[in-house]
Amino acid sequence: MTNPAILFEKVSRYFGDVKAVDAVDLEIRDGEFFSMLGPSGSGKTTCLRMIAGFDRPTSGRIFLYGQEVSSLPPFERDVNTVFQDYALFPHMTVGNNIAYGLMIKRVAKEERKKRVDDMLELVQLTGFADRKPSQLSGGQRQRVALARALINHPKVLLLDEPLGALDLKLRQQMQVELKSIQQRVGITFIFVTHDQEEALTMSDRIAVFNQGKIEQIGTPSDVYEKPTTPFVAGFVGTSNLITGEIAKRITGSEKTFSIRPEKIYLGSSSDKPSESKYFANGTVRDVIYLGLYTRYLVDLEDGGDLVVIEQNLKTTSMDVLKARGQKVCLSWEKDHISRVGG
Amino acid sequence: MNRLSAYFFQRPKLVTLLLLALPMLYMLVVYLGALVSLLINSFYYLEEFTGLVVKEFTLSTYAQLLKPTNLGIFWRTASMAMAVTIMDAIIAFPLAYYIAKFASPRLRTYLYIAVTLPLWSSYLVRVYAWKLILSKEGILSWFVNLLHLNPVLEWVLSIPGIGGSSLSLSPLGMFIAFCYIWLPYMIVPIQTALERVPKSLLEASGDLGARPSQTFRNVILPLAFPGVVAGSIFTFSLTMGDFIVPQSLGTTRFFIGQAVYSHQGTSGNIPLAAAFTMGPVVIMIVYLLIARKLGAFDAL
Repeated sequence: MTNPAILFEKVSRYFGDVKAVDAVDLEIRDGEFFSMLGPSGSGKTTCLRMIAGFDRPTSGRIFLYGQEVSSLPPFERDVNTVFQDYALFPHMTVGNNIAYGLMIKRVAKEERKKRVDDMLELVQLTGFADRKPSQLSGGQRQRVALARALINHPKVLLLDEPLGALDLKLRQQMQVELKSIQQRVGITFIFVTHDQEEALTMSDRIAVFNQGKIEQIGTPSDVYEKPTTPFVAGFVGTSNLITGEIAKRITGSEKTFSIRPEKIYLGSSSDKPSESKYFANGTVRDVIYLGLYTRYLVDLEDGGDLVVIEQNLKTTSMDVLKARGQKVCLSWEKDHISRVGG
Repeated sequence: MNRLSAYFFQRPKLVTLLLLALPMLYMLVVYLGALVSLLINSFYYLEEFTGLVVKEFTLSTYAQLLKPTNLGIFWRTASMAMAVTIMDAIIAFPLAYYIAKFASPRLRTYLYIAVTLPLWSSYLVRVYAWKLILSKEGILSWFVNLLHLNPVLEWVLSIPGIGGSSLSLSPLGMFIAFCYIWLPYMIVPIQTALERVPKSLLEASGDLGARPSQTFRNVILPLAFPGVVAGSIFTFSLTMGDFIVPQSLGTTRFFIGQAVYSHQGTSGNIPLAAAFTMGPVVIMIVYLLIARKLGAFDAL
């Protein structure tokens, strides 16, 4: 069995009294597209910077394919980074930017040129070698930054919110492209983002960070369908949390549960009970028509409220708005509920 | 009041004109006027017998500049300006780098004040302070004596072209004083240029395998170069035109500033003084053209 691409052993990083990263254990497998997802200040970027070597762990050890790299400087690690601001060298042409790593390694000129051309082709920028970064659009700079990192054939590629500065359309296009490039080159990608949709779209696995710790690691569907903590349930997608008394009345257990709004069926109060489902009666307090779907806010008879999302298959805005104030019966499959801690 | 504001608000060109009127007047009359007057005077000549300036067009004054003694003055001044510029760049760079990239914001403010603090005191005071420091009985000699390095100092002072009877009466002493006096003008532009280099560029360079020395050569130096050129314009031109330091610290051999001073003063040879002044002007124009070619002003 091969060593994991990255292994964290109880890694902590303090900045003064602030625990940016707090005793994190983490294993990233060879060849996977791994995302670190979390709000700003959750420690995900610090983790990335420790893998790159820009920051050193206060305690704990980091391994890159079995070799300890905890205190190696960046230039002695076989990893490359795509920076959030791209960090292209403004005084060099696109070609020289991409060739920088090879130039440092004293690769012969002809081979450098050939590999730069290959890279430009990979990121669809053939013919741009002689331009300056300032003459490129955001999306093009992004591709140059990617090419500049990939040309060195790193063991692991680190991406620090690289799509953050792009507009929505371009971002979605780059998401697909990044994923396909990753599959073509077969390098382990570690992708830092605060955008849950981005993480769900591209990743093989996701680690959800909160306050310096990892809340959950799993496949996108694990993290979305089976959140294990209230934080994950709330951060990845929107979620209803049912706790305490209300949970006891609906499910018979006084724990905390999460149920996704789109899993709830909005029925009339005369629906027949079923063994495989949970039920809750309530009154529609608010209706928000969103084109593709409609969001209902339902006050439960047992207390609390739930958000329900229904696709607008047959209804129109006029129909759905009539639901306000009506008594409804909410139901969902017992399987679709997940216990999130306590 | 409101109506007046509205009146000006609707006439931005008038506002611009009003704002610029005074500085433009100053630039045109005092600044360019003086330069043009210099230029004109440099084409007159001094009648040797009468000692009067003859206001006729001639190139003979410029021809006098080509005499070996006068060429020597140009060469001496320019090489001093060059040496001071290079030394200041070497001293200023590490300091500017530290201030721009490593010092905490608080420390940065203090260091910035420390760098510019000497400019608060009179230039003459500082030059005379150096005269005292460098003089034969001065603190520097005392210190050299303490370290038993007297032979070294004597050896340095015996080198022709650099040395002299004492540090305060030698080109070396002038060089030291010049370097000190113009140093802030080199530090500040370099620091400004370095502050504009994002930290991520340095990280990216290291990330791509460059050792710190390679990052310095390939990223930091090229990006800070415009700052070095901007600073060198100050150090070079200020040294070229100065006459206080050569007069107080130097040998009897003239620098451009002294030549101008003595020709327009005691000998009343205004045309020759004017022609001497045009020398540094021409040298600076050439220098600036080269600097522009090197891209020094792209980042301004």
